[in-house]
Amino acid sequence: MAAAIEISGLTKRYGVGDAAVDALKGVDMIVQPGEVVGLIGPSGSGKSTLLKCLGAVIEPTSGRMALAGEAIYDNGWRVSDLRALRRDRIGFVFQAPHLIPFLDVTDNVALLPMLAGMSNARARDRAREMLVALDVGHRAQARVPQLSGGEQQRVAIARALVNQPPIILADEPTAPLDSERALAVVRILNEMATRFSTAIIVVTHDEKIIPTFQRIYHIRDGRTYEEAGQGRAA
Amino acid sequence: MINLAGRDILNGWGKFVFTGLGLGLLIGVTLSMAGIYRGLVDDGRVLLSNGGADLWVVQRDTLGPYAEPSNVRDDAYRALLGVKGVVEAGNVTYLTMQIEHQGSDVRVMLVGFQPGHPGEPGYLVAGRPITRSHYEAIADIKSGFRLGERIRIRRHEYTVVGLTRRMVSSGGDPMVFVPLRDAQEVQFLKDNDALVNERARIAANPAFNRPAVPGLLDAVQASQANSRTVNVVMLRLAPHADEAIVAGEIRRWKHLEAYTRADMDEILVAKLIATSAKQIFMFLVILAVVSAAIVAFIIYTMTLNKVREIAVLKLIGARNRTISAMILQQALGLGAIGFIVGKTAATLWAPIFPKYVLLLPGDAVLGALLVLVICALASIVAIRAALRVDPATAIGG
Repeated sequence: MAAAIEISGLTKRYGVGDAAVDALKGVDMIVQPGEVVGLIGPSGSGKSTLLKCLGAVIEPTSGRMALAGEAIYDNGWRVSDLRALRRDRIGFVFQAPHLIPFLDVTDNVALLPMLAGMSNARARDRAREMLVALDVGHRAQARVPQLSGGEQQRVAIARALVNQPPIILADEPTAPLDSERALAVVRILNEMATRFSTAIIVVTHDEKIIPTFQRIYHIRDGRTYEEAGQGRAA
Repeated sequence: MINLAGRDILNGWGKFVFTGLGLGLLIGVTLSMAGIYRGLVDDGRVLLSNGGADLWVVQRDTLGPYAEPSNVRDDAYRALLGVKGVVEAGNVTYLTMQIEHQGSDVRVMLVGFQPGHPGEPGYLVAGRPITRSHYEAIADIKSGFRLGERIRIRRHEYTVVGLTRRMVSSGGDPMVFVPLRDAQEVQFLKDNDALVNERARIAANPAFNRPAVPGLLDAVQASQANSRTVNVVMLRLAPHADEAIVAGEIRRWKHLEAYTRADMDEILVAKLIATSAKQIFMFLVILAVVSAAIVAFIIYTMTLNKVREIAVLKLIGARNRTISAMILQQALGLGAIGFIVGKTAATLWAPIFPKYVLLLPGDAVLGALLVLVICALASIVAIRAALRVDPATAIGG
């Protein structure tokens, strides 16, 4: 079975000439399906740049990157191809839930399958199933401002999972939450990884959740160092 | 697919509706300006239609009687009735003046006419036609005069015996119709002081004051107190008479100027109100530009307020056309609300205007299309801004 994420020698340079900054200087990383991996590093270490490369929103300067067994940026990938890749194969969970405030909970989640071409009725059915799985089914008709922070983050996770992508990229998903809720979110991510064989990379500074990862990648000065974690598979 | 624009509008409908209301009032002003222009043209055209004339005979080398002063002898109509094709002739005078009414001045166009001849009011909405030779009047209801009311015009009081509607000058002043003799006196007769002075001057002139010719001085002085002038002779032609040929005959043999309906239409619309029309057109252009700028600004601001949502939408795979459609639909929605409010407002406040405001359905349709086109064009700036939003901003860092 192909790795969910496989990158080698990945570099990213911003700017040119004397003003050039190498944000990534040869990153190697392999994440298997169903694995939850932590990505830890100080500010300015290249975490966000790596996440953006993995999320197919910025193109790396050099190196190889394969998502779900398919090399991307090879052979003339177009913007529309990258958009389809993000829609169908990558789920995003952000530090803030970033839900669409003018849609209700169900439609926030159903939006992704709808964008993929699914009918509104089927997309909403699938969204409701996902909301039930994340224990926020009772809030399906609520508007976003009516939800608590924890509920909003669960809805965001439901949105990331609804198209059952092989990869989820989570950018500090527990930052705005207290310890109890933060651990609950990580537990949900672990459950979903197991249930849907989804590879999950969690960028975090949160000391509380670091022990829950199976593996941890430290990133410093644009380079990654792997460390075994204490999570469920470790 | 969910209608994102509709959901966004429903989510903040109050803000959206109030914005549409503001825009609508601006559109209402724009529609009213178009209505004022139409009213101006229509006032000119009803002026021509109301007299029931086919030809207007005026002083030679003038554009009278509406665009320039014109004086024609009041017995010229006899000669004009002899021209082949002419079946009726009517002497008419026009004078714009102020009449006191209930403590304030009303600006009217005083029309002197001969009952039963071209130039009389086409129809009455109340009262009766003028039946006496003097001191009766028919007034347009816009003047504010009521049936039976007595109004003072110069030295005499007139009784309003009939009311008519849409009888206005090209400037929009309501018309007051009085018998021709009365109108001639109002327009051309000198006041008492002037008459006394004139009599003294004539009496001092030995050419007129000749004791050997009894009655000469009295005859000359009497001629000064009479008016034999009208502004226009309106002619009605036989059904198959050619207006242009009859007008040509009059010009050639009677030494007068004759205008057909088409000529008068040209004089009124293209010459008399041309400057006002250009002025209004400039206002219309400026209002359209201001409306477009306001729509663009509103849509742009609304879009900037959604930058984060747009970044998330792009990150999760929304196509550019989905985001563009959302902004375009909102702009069109704003335009539609604005147009409905504007049309309603323009219709409601049109009767309050002192001048006639003519809101044509065709103008409303054109206005609606223009509003939608302006909104669509105005949304381009916001769409460009939205498409420049980097999906990476949703990730942060």
